[in-house]
Amino acid sequence: MLLGKLSLAALPDQPIIIGAACFMALAALTVILALFYFKRWTWLWKEWIVSVDHKKIGIMYIIAALVMLFRGFADAMMMRSQLALSYGASHGYLPPEHYDQVFSAHGVIMIFFMAMPLMFGLLNLVVPLQIGARDVAFPFLNSLSFWLFVVGAVLVNVSLVVGEFARTGWLAYPPLSELAYSPDVGVDYYIWSLQISGIGTLMSGINFFVTIIKMRCPGMSLMKMPIFTWTALCSMILVIIAFPILTVTLGMLFLDRYMGMHFFTADFGGNAMMYVNLIWSWGHPEVYILILPAFGIFSEVVPTFSHKKLFGYETMVWATGVITILSFLVWLHHFFTMGAGGNVNAFFGIATMIISIPTGVKIFNWLFTMYRGRITFTTPMYWTMGFLITFVIGGMTGVLLSVPGADFELHNSLFLIAHFHNTIIGGVVFGYFAGFVYWFPKAMGFKLNEKIGKVVFWCWLIGFYVAFFPLYVLGLMGMTRRLNHYDVAAWHPWLIVAFIGACIVLFGIASQVLQLLVSIKQQDKDITGDPWNGRTLEWSIASPPPFYNFAIVPTVETRDAYWETKQKNLHSGATSVKPKYEDIHMPKNTGMGFIIAAFTFLFGFSMIWDITWLAIGAGAGAIISVIVRSYNYNIDYYVPAAEVERIETEISNRKLS
Amino acid sequence: MRNKHKSYLTAISFAVVSALLSGCGDAVLNPKGKIATDERDLIFLATGLMLIVVIPVFIMTFLFAWKYRASNEKAKYTPDWAHSNRIEAWVWAIPCIIIVILATVTWKTTHDLDPYKPLDVDAKPLTIQVVALDWKWLFIYPEQNIATVNYVQFPEKVPIDFKITADAPMNSFFIPQLAGQIYAMPGMETQLHAIAETEHTYDGISANYSGGGFSGMRFVAKSTTQEDFDNWVKQVRQSPTKLDSNEYNQLARPSENNPVALYSDVQNDLFHFILMKFMMPSPEMGSGSM
Amino acid sequence: MTMMTETINTHAHGHDGHHDADEKAVFGFWVYIMSDCILFATIFAVFAVLHNNTFGGPSAKDLFDMRFVLTETFILLTSSFTYGLAMLGAHKGSKAQVMGWLIITFILGAAFIGMELTEFSHMVHEGHSWQRSAFLSSFFTLVGTHGLHVATGLLWMLMLMVQVSIHGITSLTTRKLTCLSLFWHFLDIVWICVFTIVYLMGVM
Repeated sequence: MLLGKLSLAALPDQPIIIGAACFMALAALTVILALFYFKRWTWLWKEWIVSVDHKKIGIMYIIAALVMLFRGFADAMMMRSQLALSYGASHGYLPPEHYDQVFSAHGVIMIFFMAMPLMFGLLNLVVPLQIGARDVAFPFLNSLSFWLFVVGAVLVNVSLVVGEFARTGWLAYPPLSELAYSPDVGVDYYIWSLQISGIGTLMSGINFFVTIIKMRCPGMSLMKMPIFTWTALCSMILVIIAFPILTVTLGMLFLDRYMGMHFFTADFGGNAMMYVNLIWSWGHPEVYILILPAFGIFSEVVPTFSHKKLFGYETMVWATGVITILSFLVWLHHFFTMGAGGNVNAFFGIATMIISIPTGVKIFNWLFTMYRGRITFTTPMYWTMGFLITFVIGGMTGVLLSVPGADFELHNSLFLIAHFHNTIIGGVVFGYFAGFVYWFPKAMGFKLNEKIGKVVFWCWLIGFYVAFFPLYVLGLMGMTRRLNHYDVAAWHPWLIVAFIGACIVLFGIASQVLQLLVSIKQQDKDITGDPWNGRTLEWSIASPPPFYNFAIVPTVETRDAYWETKQKNLHSGATSVKPKYEDIHMPKNTGMGFIIAAFTFLFGFSMIWDITWLAIGAGAGAIISVIVRSYNYNIDYYVPAAEVERIETEISNRKLS
Repeated sequence: MRNKHKSYLTAISFAVVSALLSGCGDAVLNPKGKIATDERDLIFLATGLMLIVVIPVFIMTFLFAWKYRASNEKAKYTPDWAHSNRIEAWVWAIPCIIIVILATVTWKTTHDLDPYKPLDVDAKPLTIQVVALDWKWLFIYPEQNIATVNYVQFPEKVPIDFKITADAPMNSFFIPQLAGQIYAMPGMETQLHAIAETEHTYDGISANYSGGGFSGMRFVAKSTTQEDFDNWVKQVRQSPTKLDSNEYNQLARPSENNPVALYSDVQNDLFHFILMKFMMPSPEMGSGSM
Repeated sequence: MTMMTETINTHAHGHDGHHDADEKAVFGFWVYIMSDCILFATIFAVFAVLHNNTFGGPSAKDLFDMRFVLTETFILLTSSFTYGLAMLGAHKGSKAQVMGWLIITFILGAAFIGMELTEFSHMVHEGHSWQRSAFLSSFFTLVGTHGLHVATGLLWMLMLMVQVSIHGITSLTTRKLTCLSLFWHFLDIVWICVFTIVYLMGVM
């Protein structure tokens, strides 16, 4: 009983899972050995783990997101190959108890542990730089948020080896997710990994909201902010409003399962429909939390590579605001089929299609930004073009699904699956990849290889269409989602095509790895700090920026502040007055975020396995660590002006040489 | 859909979509019931309306990308041009107009196709009670006092009132070619009204994942002539098995890929009992028993 | 390399950066309170949905002793007042006044928690635990979540009392006291909603 429910029986016995476990162990071992071999442990701790520098936290988020992309995509490959095989007499290689975990984990990982960290990674890297700030509002909280996210991601991966993951789908609808139907630890892994990382997300939401509201450089009024910062602001507002709902919903599911409460149970007066309402009151805004920053990225990429001002800046801001508000008024469209009645369904259907108006306006604004521009087709621009075409199709099928009468036929079918992958891959993923390539030189100081980048793009684009258009067709043929086996002969060829599409995407992801390796080797240095002839403040400083970002806090007079400065200097000739540096106030690094998260991990793990003593100990450890942190009054320092001058001189020498 | 333009649109999009999906749309796009037919037409109409925006976006994307590529020095270049009231008015107006039209259609069809709305047909409806179990479908015919598992038969041209619940996690009751789907939930009764236009054999499924045996949770639905239906009912009444509470409890246990079963007699008010067992304490449980 | 630079401690530098930091922290805390509002609003909504789902068990009318709850309410409201007095002390820079009122606030808060726990254990002993019905699940969760917040506030208050006694009334301790004061008054407002919606409307 010392280990609660945990016993050797929790270890895997299926060859596929054992294989995956061995692979993960091997990868971890390689990293650890490499750290020993290159004597990099101190470096890892001092430069990364304890860092509160938003740029480093951003890089860590992105690395974690890419690792989780591999995991989530492995799940996708398993699903596609299972369905390509599992027709008629053949039952494929994944029995339902395993397959059901795979699709649940795929959804959870791709949304929470791939898309979200990729977004926060880009936000961390870019937002403070775009607004001329030296860090986020609460650097320590930022580090804590990151490590809490890592705890969630690690828990999901632990579930692969120790015990199992939920077999409930990515939103864990009760009563299926209640103890009565899911007695094992899968749903508990689900609850704790999302609860812990969700709290981190909420803290990040508050952090970036305050950063954007309070830390803009002098002169940058709200209507002079870069659009990416605007979309980040709206996205963070959504986080602040939506994530408490998720916390409560998961908390109640936890209380049902652990304390025998009856929020969502079938009997004792529980109401499972309430869970569906609550989870989508969070879930629908969540989709916009992800897509808005992607819209922001396109709004940076299109003007930069069209060498032209963004068309309709104010419209863009208003459209973003409208989407932000409307995103809370549409959650019911995820369950028209629950029997809410004509008036309610019609209201939510119409509210949903209204969202397509500001979204359509945005599309036209990007197009009119390209109009009469001088477009250079770099990889970020490729992603944008791919987005414009793909997302419009996704939007169209989305509006179709928002018509309740049509939804009654298409709901929960593969048509729906094709639709949301169409918007999430075509919108969020293409957008974040565009941002990744666009800001990569800013973060790392060298560019990504453009040639391989284009191969990556074509693989993703073609792979996406080959993988998901068959799913539209299959949906119209009446194939529902989450099937593990089928007998309909007509479906089989389409599912084989879809599998081929997934293989093409796999090739794209492999090329991405290759692109990273080649680019690291090539070191196509960005010496100017402005490799794309950019428009916003992040391009006005060195790549990678010094840890304090701006030696002198910039003052802004217009939109596209850096572009305007460059134009002015072009006309008047740059005046090189020697700047006068001042001491810079910076936060001190701290390992407390990591330590608190480590306790939280132990707490979550022991709650999942009912290891009471450890849960109490780890919970107390986490609380005491927070208290210890609050007793530390020595959390910041000043960088002396002389030191700033030394670093800045070094940077300008690098430019000259 | 009386509107001439609308039907024109419908025809175009029908042609486009049918061409894309020729030979493969044998469920949603090839309906056999009135409701499903209306729903298909709605899908076509909505698609056609949206193509009004989508096609120009495609054209503009390629056109602008080609014309204003950096190497084309001849094209006009206006780096500071960022605002035009006229264009902005258009880009708001066109989507707005389309959505207003679509919203009107939506408001009307959502009420017309509301699964709870009885059909406006001059015939006495047939009531069929549906229970989603782990992992099979139970159909109870209260008027005929028979029941079936994973098979449901009904006469053509007669409105069917499905009353739906579950004694299992949430499922979705769905016969794509007959009518749209509706959730089946424990302790809740949902409804679906449908009517078959012809004799046909349909695939029926659960469209909401409900656990391990979900993939096998399929059933056959068959619409026949009234005469064939009556004969079938007589036949079922000859079945040796009866659905009493013991038999039901046995049936309600989780099982996968169940064969069709026929019951000649059903315990009185079984559907109501299944529905209520989640809503009220059972008699043997006193208050404060926790 | 960057972190190895020789640095000077903030405290040698006066207070130029602190005003900004105070403003940010208090604003950030406000935003947190707003998100906590939504957390409570969600639980209230759930309670509203479930409050009649007694599943044959006791309803609000059968359970609540209004005189007891009214006493609880007065205690908590008084604690908000005494915290306000502590804040006045902080603005005057009087450490003794801050400490004195904080101790009184702490005692009142602890009394509130004690009474709540008494009410809970009484109900559980009568057989009306959170497992009895969805109504009771949502009751215990709503009132308990508020209680958990108050308990957290008490722990925080305790920690602040130690910090004030070490550092005195500085801009940083005042900032922390201000945040806790926001939190404490917020919990008061939430309690008034609990009192009205759960108890008053329950017995009416």
